[in-house]
Order: sequence, then structure tokens, then C-alpha cells
Amino acid sequence: NADPQKTAFLLRKAWTLYSVTPLYRFHRARLRDYARLLSAFIAAEKQKGLAVEVGVELDIKVAVSSLADLRGSEQDQAAVLVQLSLRSQASSRNSEDKLVWLGWFCSVYGDDLSENVPEDFTCLPLFLTHGAESYTSMVGSWFQKTFDCCFRRLAISPLNLSWMVAMWAGCKLDRAASAVELVFSVPHLSQPLDISYAIHPEDAKALWDTVQKTPGEITQEEVDVFMDCLYSHFHRHFKIHLSAAKLVKVSTAVASAHCDGIVKILHSQYLPGVLMLLTELAISQIQ
Amino acid sequence: HLATSLPLPSERDHLRPRIDLIVFMIDIKSKYSLKIVEASLAYVDASFFLGKVCFLVTGVGRVNACSIETSAVCKLGEAYCSPVLFCELELEGIRASTAQRLLRMLQICAGHIPGVSALSFISLMRNSDDD
Repeated sequence: NADPQKTAFLLRKAWTLYSVTPLYRFHRARLRDYARLLSAFIAAEKQKGLAVEVGVELDIKVAVSSLADLRGSEQDQAAVLVQLSLRSQASSRNSEDKLVWLGWFCSVYGDDLSENVPEDFTCLPLFLTHGAESYTSMVGSWFQKTFDCCFRRLAISPLNLSWMVAMWAGCKLDRAASAVELVFSVPHLSQPLDISYAIHPEDAKALWDTVQKTPGEITQEEVDVFMDCLYSHFHRHFKIHLSAAKLVKVSTAVASAHCDGIVKILHSQYLPGVLMLLTELAISQIQ
Repeated sequence: HLATSLPLPSERDHLRPRIDLIVFMIDIKSKYSLKIVEASLAYVDASFFLGKVCFLVTGVGRVNACSIETSAVCKLGEAYCSPVLFCELELEGIRASTAQRLLRMLQICAGHIPGVSALSFISLMRNSDDD
């Protein structure tokens, strides 16, 4: 299991999610080479004047590393981390390079994909990024060209968001948890309207506990019952059918997720569980 | 004739023509629409389920906006022995071809096509589903 200190940097950051098809001829021994090549690519892109952020002098240092602990089963490939930092201008010993962009590839229990893939391919279906979109697109282009893979933004449907909120609201947490919040967007209106529905975390967990029959197992029926209870409670008070609106964001003390494919993981204990779910979503988008 | 739910208001019963086909529309983006359809099914006379009912699922073009599981709708279709059609109303071509399909079904259900009854048509559709 991953050392919480090593994975602490993953928590409390908003990650933009992508699905990635298997990488062709990716060699873990060549990570330093890849860092150099990517660095050269980025420098060349800057020269061309693409994706320039006004006023920022770019001398980007690239680091590519392996995160051995970040995986689910032995069949999973270890995660690969890409870090882009701004080389410090000053020569003083105390100045550190400023981290401007982070991206990591991972697979947590991604056996569905890796089982069926030929020898030369490395399966790391989930890609998470934090930082400017311009860097994401440069890193993505380089990986696509070098390893013949394909990146796609991972959108999360309301169906999947409701699974997430049911699962995460039911997680046992030792310290006081933040509210469980669901945000809905109401369609067909001239002015967009968002409805935010906040539930006390203990109430949400109590509700889930009455619904879930087998600990460790979740069925679609149980998620439906959980959501129906929340919807009817809301309807009783506000006479609004939330089931006719679009669930766009869910937030719990464990993690939060937005339908545009943006996730924030807040609790290290549940990091593998969240990553496993996201890996599954990424794989189903690829297949 | 469009209705947001069943039963239809009884005041107009005597003015209403014979109903040949009922199309239940389910918006895949709205769980609520499925609930309304499930509640309305209870008000339909059993004889309609011999080929005069079909389920139309709309909005399937947007995979990422699903609030309903497709398997749940298919199960509903099986439970009520009625076909489930999928379409995307936002695309003009699909809208037109779906309308034509429904019109054809309506012609059969209204008895305008000699030699084909609603029941025989339904069993034809079911056999092709199983394949």
C-alpha cells in the first residue's frame, strides 16, 4: 500500500481527468531520456510561439519518475509522474524551482484492459493533470507522438456521479466530515440555474447504511434507492423534482467530482478506492 | 396527442378518438421521466400490451449526460413485452427516421396495413432482438 507521505501531494488538488489508450514501447528504464526529449519538445513549442503565457519567461525543467506504490494489483503498471517546473532565475542556493504543472498516469486494478493487450503496450489508462491547459496539451501531444496513444477528456455522467456520492457518503471517517453536497443544473431555462443540496454527513451515512445490504458490495439498485430518498426528501420540502435536473457535481469529505471530469481527493485512506473507480471509468471510455 | 402523464383527464373521454398506439417517452438525461412512465404504465389497459405500446428513449446521443441505465429501460421493455426504440431528437436525420418508424408502427396498429396485425409485428420485432 502506498506510503501516505509519498502520495500526500495528490490530495486536495483539483485534477483534470483523461483516458489514455495503451502506450506503445514505453520503457521504464528510459524515463530520464523521456524527460530530456519532452523538455526539448516544450522548448521548441515555445520557440514556435505556441501556447505562450504572456509575461512568463519559459525555461521549463521536466522530470519524469515512477511511483512504485501507486497501483492496485501486481498486474497494474506503477504510476508515472511528469513534473514541469520553472527553472529558478536566481543563482542563490535557496531558490527552488517552481512547480508549474503536474501530470500522472496510473492504473488501479485496470486488469480489464491490461489482460487483453499485446506485449509492447503499457496500460496506464488514467491521466490526471493539475496546471495550465497549455502545458497539458504540450505534454499530451508529445506522448501521443512518441507512444502512439490517444488522450480524451474523461467526462463523468450523472449516473456515475450518483455512484460516487453513494459510495463516498457511506465511507467511515474518524474525524468530523464536511457536508455531502450535490449540485444540479436545471435544463431548459433562459437563465442557467444551479441547485445545491447539502446534507449532513452523518445523515447521509446513516441513510446509506440502511440501504446497503452487503458491506463492501454496491449494486445499482442500492444507489437508486439512496438517490430516490434524497430526491423525495427534497421534493417534500421544495416541490422540485431533482430527478429531472442534471447532477453536475458531488462533494463529500472523501472526494469531490464534477461532470466535466475534474476530481479532488481529500482523504488518503480512500485514495486507492477513488483511483480504482476512476480507472474503471477511463477504461470504459477507451473500450 | 401528447400527455405528460397518465391517466388522461376523464372529462374529455367522450371526445377522444380510439387510441391505436401509446409511445412512452423516456429522456435518458432525466430519472424523473422514467419514474413518470413507470407510474403511468399502471393506468394502461392490459390489451394495449399486445403490440400497441412502445418505449422511446431520447437523448442517447449524449453518453455523458446519462442519468438512467440503458439496461433498466430494456428490462422495462421486456417486462411489458413492448419494443424499446432509441433515438436522439437533436439530430434532424434521426428525428425524421424515428418519426417515420413510429408512423409505420401506428399504421400497423390502426389496422391500415392488410395482413399485418400489431401482435404479429411485435413478435417479428422481438425475434430480431433475440438475434
